Amino acid sequence: MTVLVPVGMPVLGALTYLVFGWRRATAWISALSTTVVLATAIVLAAAVTRSGPVTALSGLLRADALSAFMLLVIGAVGLISTAATPAYLREEIAAGRATARTATWHSLLVQLFLATMALAVLAANLGVVWIAVEATTIVTAFLVGQRRTRASVEAAWKYVVICSAGIALALLGTIVLNFAAAHAPGAAGLDLAALATHAPELDPGVTRIAIVLLVLGFGTKAGLAPLHAWLPDAHSQAPAPVSALMSGVLLSVAFYAILRVKVISDGALGTGFARTLLAIMALASLLLAASLLIAQRDYKRMLAYSSIEHLGLVAFGAAIGSPLALAAALLHVLGHGLAKAVLFLGAGRVLQVTGTSQINGVRGLMARRPALAATFGLGVLALAGLPPFSLFASELGIVRAGFTAGLGWPTTAALLLVLVIAAALITSTSRMLLGPPPSTPDTTIASPIPIALAGGLLVCAALGVAAGLLPILLDLATDSLVVTR
Amino acid sequence: MSESLYVQLLYLACGALLLTAVLVLWLRELVVIIRMFALQGAALAALVGVLAAHENSGELWAVAVGVLVLRAGVLPYLLRRTLAGAGEARRETSPLVNVASSLLAAAALTLLAYAVSQPLVALAPSAATQAIPVGVTVVLIGFFVLVTRRRALSQLVGFLLMDNGITAVGFLTTIGVGLVVELGVSLDVLLAVLVLQILTTRMRETFGDTDLDELRELRD
Repeated sequence: MTVLVPVGMPVLGALTYLVFGWRRATAWISALSTTVVLATAIVLAAAVTRSGPVTALSGLLRADALSAFMLLVIGAVGLISTAATPAYLREEIAAGRATARTATWHSLLVQLFLATMALAVLAANLGVVWIAVEATTIVTAFLVGQRRTRASVEAAWKYVVICSAGIALALLGTIVLNFAAAHAPGAAGLDLAALATHAPELDPGVTRIAIVLLVLGFGTKAGLAPLHAWLPDAHSQAPAPVSALMSGVLLSVAFYAILRVKVISDGALGTGFARTLLAIMALASLLLAASLLIAQRDYKRMLAYSSIEHLGLVAFGAAIGSPLALAAALLHVLGHGLAKAVLFLGAGRVLQVTGTSQINGVRGLMARRPALAATFGLGVLALAGLPPFSLFASELGIVRAGFTAGLGWPTTAALLLVLVIAAALITSTSRMLLGPPPSTPDTTIASPIPIALAGGLLVCAALGVAAGLLPILLDLATDSLVVTR
Repeated sequence: MSESLYVQLLYLACGALLLTAVLVLWLRELVVIIRMFALQGAALAALVGVLAAHENSGELWAVAVGVLVLRAGVLPYLLRRTLAGAGEARRETSPLVNVASSLLAAAALTLLAYAVSQPLVALAPSAATQAIPVGVTVVLIGFFVLVTRRRALSQLVGFLLMDNGITAVGFLTTIGVGLVVELGVSLDVLLAVLVLQILTTRMRETFGDTDLDELRELRD
């Protein structure tokens, strides 16, 4: 029954907000609910490493090591984001940009958002995965457009149209794969585990069409080129706690679906097909992120493009496909989730303090707000892949695996692009943090920065120092993804 | 129902599906475009009805009724309601690609769909699977409408055309995806349209119009 908790608990949280609204007593329900999700994820992780996959609801939900790992990511990033939410919402209400009603809707939708993501990683059936991923678009649409300004409504429209159209391709892919499965001897239906087992029996021609559609479709939602255009707008316009969740976990939940599809592809078509497809999308995403980050003027958009970069790296890891590469890619998902959540929440605070999202508008933050500036600066160093943060370990792992697998040229290209991006990120950030403070006074925000931000950075660093913190879980998760053929 | 009648009716429904998609591309009046979309919904329901009669399946008949209500009734109604609030903006003024080129593109997309769908037809040749390329064509035309039209409502219709095409492919493969998945998918599509409808209203409140050329705040 533990499998039901990560979906059920946020739904309960949403109901609480529906009935009681957002007030002093309910402000922390959100964080409480994500704590329960995180605790359940740990319990589930222990259970699956001990005795294999757990199922519930007559086989509709199934948690294996990979699902448990993704739940850990959802729980951890969710906890950082929801723990920082009460302070964020109080400031917004105090500044007159939101009302208690907005806060209620915000909290309710965030809870549903968490529930749909948990459902996506726990679903045993590819069709249900699709439903859950599309549902995340629906519940987050109004969160992106929450501020109701011109820019945010525009971002919400683009987000829903591009993501729904992209994910529609994945639906077509699901239907085509179902067609292939029905005409294979094993008759696997859309059950992910059965599809992976019976993949060699699938018709290669039909499966190839299905895989292209599924990877493109879920790739849209994961922010991979070519259908990435919604991401910088949506992530920069959404309220900070929502950007943290969208960037930190939603992208990787969509990528989780690609990982599941890749197993089927590897079994049916050999490893080369998905590798080529993913490597092209990964390098295109990296190139795009690098070209738009060099002269970026808006720091929230800067973080958004950095998400495209990191998902590109994760996709590159998946393209390499060796156990080391996959373990590194999964570690990268967690490390990026933690660091990016801290940064988006920090950026939201910088926006509240300075009132501008332009990099040039923020000067001398180190002198004005030392704690905030330090958090933001350390977060950017983590994103740039510097030790001791875990992104260093995972990037190193991906690069090493790339050279071992004989993908020397693509790996070199990826590494160069990552270095360019790191330089661009650090240069832009130093312009924000250093220098003399401007003469114009700040808006008066007294509350200290939420402790959750420091916590996120600490965990990210701890993961990097003790990179073997999750070895058994990562090994098992990787096992379910490696196909030897 | 005799085999030849079944095949004729099936292809008639598919022809209607394709024709309405092309007409959406050809027409400019948004009211007429919505009517074409409703007709396409009816054609899709007819397609499911023909399959139901052929397989003598009560369940499929029920699905056909569901498709008719949702795609020829509820969704066009939502679109009309969105349009009612639009005032002046009732014509697709200047699509990115003009009508003649759009029709040529539709022809090219049809060829592409036939080329791409070959493995699907070859896997299980039957009267129904022979028609799968028609469904794929409708998906491609929907995607084309989505990227080349400027009015928010036309984009919405493009998305729904894609969805009709995907549903058609789903039924033409004659293999169900399971009740839970089917219901979930329908619910998701309905909710997505509702969300987009509310967003169009909000766009009108903040921009005064829903010409997507006005969407210029966010760019690099």
